[in-house]
Amino acid sequence: MLNVSIYRYNPETDAEPYMQDLEVDTAGKDLMVLDVLELIKAEDTTTSYRRSCREGVCGSDGMNINGKNGLACIMPLSEAMKGGNKLVLRPLPGLPVIRDLVVDMSLFYKQYEKVKPFLINDTPAPAIERLQSPEEREKLDGLYECILCACCSTACPSFWWNPDRFIGPSGLLQAYRFLADSRDTSTEQRLADLDDPFSVFRCHGIQNCVSVCPKGLNPTKAIGHIRNMLLTSAT
Amino acid sequence: MTIRTISFDGVIVGGGGAGMRAALQLSQSGYKTAVISKVFPTRSHTVSAQGGITCAIASNDPNDDWRWHMYDTVKGSDYIGDQDAIEYMCSVGPEAVYELDHMGMPFSRTEEGRIYQRPFGGQSKGPDNPTQAARTCAAADRTGHALLHTLYQGNMKNETVFFNEWYATDLVKNEDGAVTGVIAICIETGEVVHIKSKATVLATGGAGRIYASTTNAHINTGDGIGMALRAGVPVQDIEMWQFHPTGIAGAGVLVTEGCRGEGGYLVNKDGERFMERYAPNAKDLAGRDVVARSMTLEILEGRGCGPDGDHVYLKLDHLGEEVLESRLPGICELSRTFAHADPVKEPVPVIPTCHYMMGGIPTNVDGQAITVDADGNDQIIPGLYACGEVACVSVHGANRLGGNSLLDLVVFGRSSGLHIEKSLREGIDMKDATEAEIAKAASRLTSLNNTTGGEGVAALRKELQTIMQNYFGVFRRGDYMKEGIKKLAELRPRIENAHLADKSNAYNTARIEILELHNLFEVAEATAIAAEERKESRGAHAREDFEDRDDENWLCHSMYFPGDKSVGKRGVNFTPKTVDTFQPKIRTY
Repeated sequence: MLNVSIYRYNPETDAEPYMQDLEVDTAGKDLMVLDVLELIKAEDTTTSYRRSCREGVCGSDGMNINGKNGLACIMPLSEAMKGGNKLVLRPLPGLPVIRDLVVDMSLFYKQYEKVKPFLINDTPAPAIERLQSPEEREKLDGLYECILCACCSTACPSFWWNPDRFIGPSGLLQAYRFLADSRDTSTEQRLADLDDPFSVFRCHGIQNCVSVCPKGLNPTKAIGHIRNMLLTSAT
Repeated sequence: MTIRTISFDGVIVGGGGAGMRAALQLSQSGYKTAVISKVFPTRSHTVSAQGGITCAIASNDPNDDWRWHMYDTVKGSDYIGDQDAIEYMCSVGPEAVYELDHMGMPFSRTEEGRIYQRPFGGQSKGPDNPTQAARTCAAADRTGHALLHTLYQGNMKNETVFFNEWYATDLVKNEDGAVTGVIAICIETGEVVHIKSKATVLATGGAGRIYASTTNAHINTGDGIGMALRAGVPVQDIEMWQFHPTGIAGAGVLVTEGCRGEGGYLVNKDGERFMERYAPNAKDLAGRDVVARSMTLEILEGRGCGPDGDHVYLKLDHLGEEVLESRLPGICELSRTFAHADPVKEPVPVIPTCHYMMGGIPTNVDGQAITVDADGNDQIIPGLYACGEVACVSVHGANRLGGNSLLDLVVFGRSSGLHIEKSLREGIDMKDATEAEIAKAASRLTSLNNTTGGEGVAALRKELQTIMQNYFGVFRRGDYMKEGIKKLAELRPRIENAHLADKSNAYNTARIEILELHNLFEVAEATAIAAEERKESRGAHAREDFEDRDDENWLCHSMYFPGDKSVGKRGVNFTPKTVDTFQPKIRTY
């Protein structure tokens, strides 16, 4: 039997959140954390969480697993519990809880939208694709793969302090994805939009984002590139 | 219960690739457009598409021709794909793909700076030249992710209104039978609204969750099919389900056909590359139906791998680490996570796994939903459109080619948007639904909220999935299917009475799961009845009791009518506009 402790809160019935302790029969298998949640939900349908692809590409089931943010669907119990004897599930930290493991991600999305995460190119489009060399395209690797799961931003102390003004690691990764795209012509405007004390410069290089990213991406590195671009464009 | 009404020019149900491409077209032209999506749009199942989007952009081969792509698709469909629709998709495709690049989609590139194309199954250089083509445009092995995010970003740029984490439950119809909108529930708050629109687009994707073993996301519950069937709209070729050859054994997670496109191949327990026996020319890149059946036969005849002999291996290690990490990085990740196998060093255990619904709501190339009248003539259903996997245009017929689903969803999402745009400009005159008609559409929700007993959703869903897996899988047989249909009939009242114990409003996923189960059941039953009815083997529909294709009786679409659960026939289009008809031939690879 697996010992599970899970954060529960239903705003309609609970005065305050509490941790619910459960035993789950995993038949001794090294299941993914999401599989455990599905077993729990089959017994108690009130247990609430998001899930979709169950293979780590949609970014729905970001949550705090034994103290570290991650995706439930690609987190095996053996890794989640590493030596411990209990699985502890909490919602992503720093965002308002809607119910149980479901958080309100509005602020996170707002920061994403702020960086205008779409290609801007006012020159007339050619009859075929805009040409881009493999080397130019390679600059997008490690950036475009972001799945917007919010594991990074909700692990970032700077984002906890200023979720309304600091773009956060995920949004900045996307900001750099478009700054780095050879097909985008809006570099100057993009940099101007980011040039204030909060949007970028609240990053203190703590690198929690890097250690939790379930896709192995490196927002800190991208933020470093943006800083350099801002400093270069200022001189 | 009074229900608030919100009005739009166009409402799209579903925030995947098809829905967002349709929405983009409409919002670009300034019409007030809403997308209702039960998940944040980038969490839709399009995100899981890996290998690519097939299209004759002539990057890999400067002489490539969309007519060759058309031929492959017609042949792949086992000749029940509509040739006018396939012609439209293959000829318009390049423009639709270039638009994605212009929107910023991060395609992989060739040395010339063009979009990278890889070989995929069923690709040739025309009817007289079976040479393997490389026609599938790719963004590494994350093409669906790249496409979906790009489309979401495009919609953000054009200020489409999103109802994220809202769930559409049923279509609203007026007294003339026109669709005038939908009932939707906000998952976060439980609020129920009537979303009124001059055009309603179903873009709800597939329903792979009717099977126990599927590559599909949890959310693929056939919501659009359920809504359509409950509103009396028929579905076409719904018996045609694709089993993808390479789902990871045990986990169901997909590994792309692009693995075989890049040079990987399947082996049995003797290490034999068995596809050479079944498809001497195309080998591992034969049609998916052919490969899936060959694998199943290997397993059934005792040549499967593993201690239980219940899967085969996909060998990739000979491609080398560099190719694997640059062309198939996502696959390496998935295989390590879910198969505990590192493709750089060892083969991946795979098994045919339910993947794609070829059938769906019949539409024309403009996305308009179609029914047939008593005389067998096509009738357009006013106000209703469908595109993407939920629709059956039909470009896939009895078997879809890899890389054609992403093309289908951008081309027909786009064409639906274009047609709605044109209709709105010309003016759409439609009677409003009455209070009673709106209440009728909301009645399923009302009665669910009043349940006091009944069984739980998880056990019922599992039972449904087991029936479909056991009686309507890769190989089918009449007596088995009849038994399966009987079991489904017994299951229906139990599912209709499923118990909603938790009646709370805040993010109540228990309520949504029961509503989804209703839809899964509708898809499953339609599949079962249509499958039993089609007495031949064609494409993905392989019957042990009718082993041959029967062009005399079944070179046609099946039409399942929900009212009396009958199955009729509808003609296949054999008259493309600009090329000669591709006549049915014996299909070999």
